[in-house]
Amino acid sequence: MRVLVPLPVVLPLIAAGLSIVLARRRLLQRLLSMVTLAVTFGASCVLLALVDRDGAQVVQLGAWEAPIGISLVADRLSALLLVVSQAVLLAVLLYAVGQGIAESGRWPVDIFHACYLVLAAGVSMAFLTGDLFNLFVAFEVMLVASYVLLTLGGGAAQVRAGMTYVVVSLLSSVLLVSVVGLVYAATGTVNMADVAVRIQDVPEGLRLALGLTMLVVFGIKAAVFPLFSWLPDSYPTAPSPVTAVFAGLLTKVGVYAIIRTQTLLFTGEGATGQVLLVFAVLTMLVGILGALVQDDLKRVLSFTIVSHIGYMLLGLGLFSVAGLAGAIVYTVHHIVVQTTLFLVAGLVERREGTASLLRSGGLAKLAPFTAVLYLVPALSLAGIPPLSGFVAKVGLLQAGLADGGVLPVVAVAAAVLTSLLTLYAVVRVWVAVFWGPVAEVVPDADVSDAIDVGVARTPPLMVLASTVAVLGGLLITVVAGPLYGLAERAADDLVDRRGYVTAVLG
Amino acid sequence: VTANLTIAVVIGVLYTVGTYLLLQRTLTRIVLGLGLLAHGANLLLLHSGGRAGDAPFVTPKGGATLTETADPLPQAMVLTAIVITFGVTAFLLALAYRSWLLTRADEVQDDVEDRRVQRLGAEEEARRAAAALQRRPEDEA
Repeated sequence: MRVLVPLPVVLPLIAAGLSIVLARRRLLQRLLSMVTLAVTFGASCVLLALVDRDGAQVVQLGAWEAPIGISLVADRLSALLLVVSQAVLLAVLLYAVGQGIAESGRWPVDIFHACYLVLAAGVSMAFLTGDLFNLFVAFEVMLVASYVLLTLGGGAAQVRAGMTYVVVSLLSSVLLVSVVGLVYAATGTVNMADVAVRIQDVPEGLRLALGLTMLVVFGIKAAVFPLFSWLPDSYPTAPSPVTAVFAGLLTKVGVYAIIRTQTLLFTGEGATGQVLLVFAVLTMLVGILGALVQDDLKRVLSFTIVSHIGYMLLGLGLFSVAGLAGAIVYTVHHIVVQTTLFLVAGLVERREGTASLLRSGGLAKLAPFTAVLYLVPALSLAGIPPLSGFVAKVGLLQAGLADGGVLPVVAVAAAVLTSLLTLYAVVRVWVAVFWGPVAEVVPDADVSDAIDVGVARTPPLMVLASTVAVLGGLLITVVAGPLYGLAERAADDLVDRRGYVTAVLG
Repeated sequence: VTANLTIAVVIGVLYTVGTYLLLQRTLTRIVLGLGLLAHGANLLLLHSGGRAGDAPFVTPKGGATLTETADPLPQAMVLTAIVITFGVTAFLLALAYRSWLLTRADEVQDDVEDRRVQRLGAEEEARRAAAALQRRPEDEA
């Protein structure tokens, strides 16, 4: 069944090529994307079940043996994130098709589907790869697709935001190439399992330097304080489904890369754990304070992404099984909930013609169902029981308190404060957008989804996709027990690296 | 790995100049800076395999075995990295050109929303100051 491992990478890439060929047959194009992502979702689910039963599955690409060729490795962590990401990609695709962003006919070739599939392939590759250089390639595949998706349409706002985004991403990629080169110079290999073995012979100081450089590289991609300012600047200008998938997946791929490299290659050398905790606290607090002063729905949500990346760092910074399990569950929860919130923001923007908090109001009367769709994930983000955010946060907080150190306890206090401030931020949006007198619809001059915004009727497919996403968030609560069990087994694998190393190197 | 001082210095210069150009406000300079930085990173990656060895297809004199050839792995990787940075730089240039078409300015713009929030804050302050001025005569009366 090892054929399943490369499938989530290969299939979307082939489909992306076909999608360009089918550019003039829109129905076929849509069907192709949906079927492809549905198949990869199914394959990921089977893969997760297999990996959980038999341990890590490894494929050596091109039959080149492990330290020389590229290994694709599916262990519990990558398989779990793969399942969640494919599910989110599928829901957002449904939404995008409903919205009609995919085929507005403004461009010579409708490139949306092809780019979306390449993005899916890049995300899957980043989760599956067991090779540092291939991780760089995966990031590039993902980012190149995201550059095009972000600047789709090429309006002034998109180009301005796209410029920042591309320059920052390219800078972090250059740093990643540099650190891969340095790792190769130090160990003579880029295969992660092999690096994990050989880096033991590298002097402690050099190991720490490599580890921290990698932390900076992936910190930019994950939008960790103080490397986050590109995110709230660029994400809100993209069309809602694009922002939703970026918010859910791209930063989380960065978080995954941090978790993977800091547990597999480096093992909390020196004060890495403390450094992570300090930056976790700063990311949480600065992010949420940013969210409180914004007056645009999408920008508020963008700042909450930054803020909640801090929770995942907090779990990692503890370097314990409980902490890592909490971080993994939090990542799963956050992928689903943050995507859902951006999808709902798209519904709001379509109805109100603007995402501005100052110029909207009374939506609870006009569109009660949208209000419910907003409220559930918003309260989940703030950690109100029994929603998924509460489950994920409790695990993290318990892990922090169990650690007992001063810094972990401070971080836990900051996490609780951030949680309360998140509640304030989402309630502030609720009051401004859903309560109050009904605002007159005045569409923005350059609203990012410039497709008949402000019309009363929302395509049922958009509502359906958002509802499915909200239900997905609720499902996390329902399966919280088994999910935590799985996350704990995944965290065990991360702490005890022998399973991963022997699976790859044989 | 034995390093070559000349190449190390070249890498250093490329990083320095690249970083300097990246900090400018002109888009063309930023693109050039990123190009130089990427060259530096690629050279670093290439050099991580050690110094250049013998040509792989030529049998050395005296029938010795080919043990002195360079490590091919970084060369394969650096080719990939060059292609990727080339592609992304081309995209960045296209974006810079589009930005120039739209704004007629070759400059990085400020975050629109940030400036707006800042302006709102200033307006709020001005309103408060005006309100305080209005209230004062009433207090006295």
